[in-house]
Amino acid sequence: MVRKATHSVILLLVGGALLKISIDGTYVRYVKEGMLPLLYVAGGVLVTVAVLSLVAVYRGKREESHEHEHSFDAAWLLLLPLLAVLLVAPPALGGFSAARSGSALGTAPEKAEFPPLPAGDPVRLSVLDYASRSVFDSGKTLGDRRLKLSGFLMTAPDGGLYLARMRITCCAADGRPVKVGLTGQVPGGLKADQWVEVTGKYSTRSGKDQINDETIPYFQVETLTQIAAPKKPYES
Amino acid sequence: MEVLAAILLAALALRVVIGEVMGGTPVLQSWTTVFVSIAVQAVPFVVLGTLLSAAITVFVPPSFFAKALPRHPVLAVPVAGAAGAVLPGCECASVPVAGALVRRGVTPAAALAFLLSAPAINPVVLVSTGVAFGGDLKMVGARLAASLVTAVLMGWLWLRLGKEDWLRLPRGHEHHEGGKFAGFLAAARHDMTQAGGFLAIGALTAATLNVTVPPEWLRAVADNPVLSVLALAGLAVILSICSEADAFVAASLTEFSWTAKLAFLVVGPMIDIKLFAMQIGSFGRQFAFRFAPATFVVAVLVSVAVGALLW
Repeated sequence: MVRKATHSVILLLVGGALLKISIDGTYVRYVKEGMLPLLYVAGGVLVTVAVLSLVAVYRGKREESHEHEHSFDAAWLLLLPLLAVLLVAPPALGGFSAARSGSALGTAPEKAEFPPLPAGDPVRLSVLDYASRSVFDSGKTLGDRRLKLSGFLMTAPDGGLYLARMRITCCAADGRPVKVGLTGQVPGGLKADQWVEVTGKYSTRSGKDQINDETIPYFQVETLTQIAAPKKPYES
Repeated sequence: MEVLAAILLAALALRVVIGEVMGGTPVLQSWTTVFVSIAVQAVPFVVLGTLLSAAITVFVPPSFFAKALPRHPVLAVPVAGAAGAVLPGCECASVPVAGALVRRGVTPAAALAFLLSAPAINPVVLVSTGVAFGGDLKMVGARLAASLVTAVLMGWLWLRLGKEDWLRLPRGHEHHEGGKFAGFLAAARHDMTQAGGFLAIGALTAATLNVTVPPEWLRAVADNPVLSVLALAGLAVILSICSEADAFVAASLTEFSWTAKLAFLVVGPMIDIKLFAMQIGSFGRQFAFRFAPATFVVAVLVSVAVGALLW
């Protein structure tokens, strides 16, 4: 009976933690945005199962239980991710992970046809979009337009700076970086992991990622501003 | 209960210290992020899988499966393997469901074929594989064929070599005084805490390897045809990413051969660290320590064979 109550409280806490990160939006550091409905459902189910069980305990309903057969009770291990979420609230992946993997542009689309850039000056592009247009389309659709990218800084092997952004598909465990080299008006004294917004133009220069030989396109920087880490840290 | 309260209070008291240590160490920070991510990603699927499993255990009579599957186990295996295509979830959902199937009298060989095929060949996974490889249907077909063949071979292997007493299944929950609903609640609570707990071990191990294994190791073996297949198969075991996402990671491993990437996609949904921990939880240690390595070997061999045919 005691164990039933303890399990229920653990499930209640886990469900509560899921609902908390869904409501305050920090879930985007860990999983893709599309997971939100599932997180609400799972959190809701966990809380419901826990509350119904607690009500049963409170009413003193007897339940023929087989649960004390296990000598090892795995339920306690659920406290680990729970405490990690509530106490540490780990931040989104950054430079440490980006430095461990090669730039991930994926395979070139079959018909390498990129739509023309939208209107605007400068045009805001994702780091992935910029890199894909540069590498797979030789920057044809980028032309001479003024562009704006944001991401965090990494130190390149040659001592220069990369602008990087992590991409995720399901969760941060499948996170992989997209890297763009910075050239042009890059101020000194910048630190790795600082988030920045750069405006500038397509550069014909390119390099190779030493980890997977993927092409790293460059960006001709005109202005560079330090910004706070965005709420939605990943591209997909 | 008192222990739980004490742990929570102690953790709250240490909160500041933990924050300080984490903030200064990128490895620890990434480790915690990856750990939490795997857990947050998997919990909804575990919850849905355990609900389904509890529903099967309590509401579906064993006679249903006896009618739905061919009586002869040798035939039941491929039918169950192909039926895996209808559970559109990640691997975390299929472990509790397969457990419930065995509890409801489905022959273990068929339930195991289902366990292996469901996360690999469902439509969601196949579509995302197609997207990840830029519309290249060859990889989708190769993944479907190799996964299905591996699942069926493992089912038949179990028929020949498997022993029922390796399986340590939790007893059924159907005999509850409070009626079916109380039984459902108890089964759901039990599965959620146990599957969830083993998931936590798996996520912990996977996150540790994710941030500690040096990336140079992969780079070093990419050009060797044999080692590269083993390396990516091993990477799939280590990373423990869900089967809906693994194709995107495989597509980014540009330095590897197609066969190696296929091995990554076939092995990952069938056996990884997270699944291994969950299999121990659902089927017992005796089972998992035999079944998991066998699955790895069969999956790699089948991938190599399919790869040799196609590329």
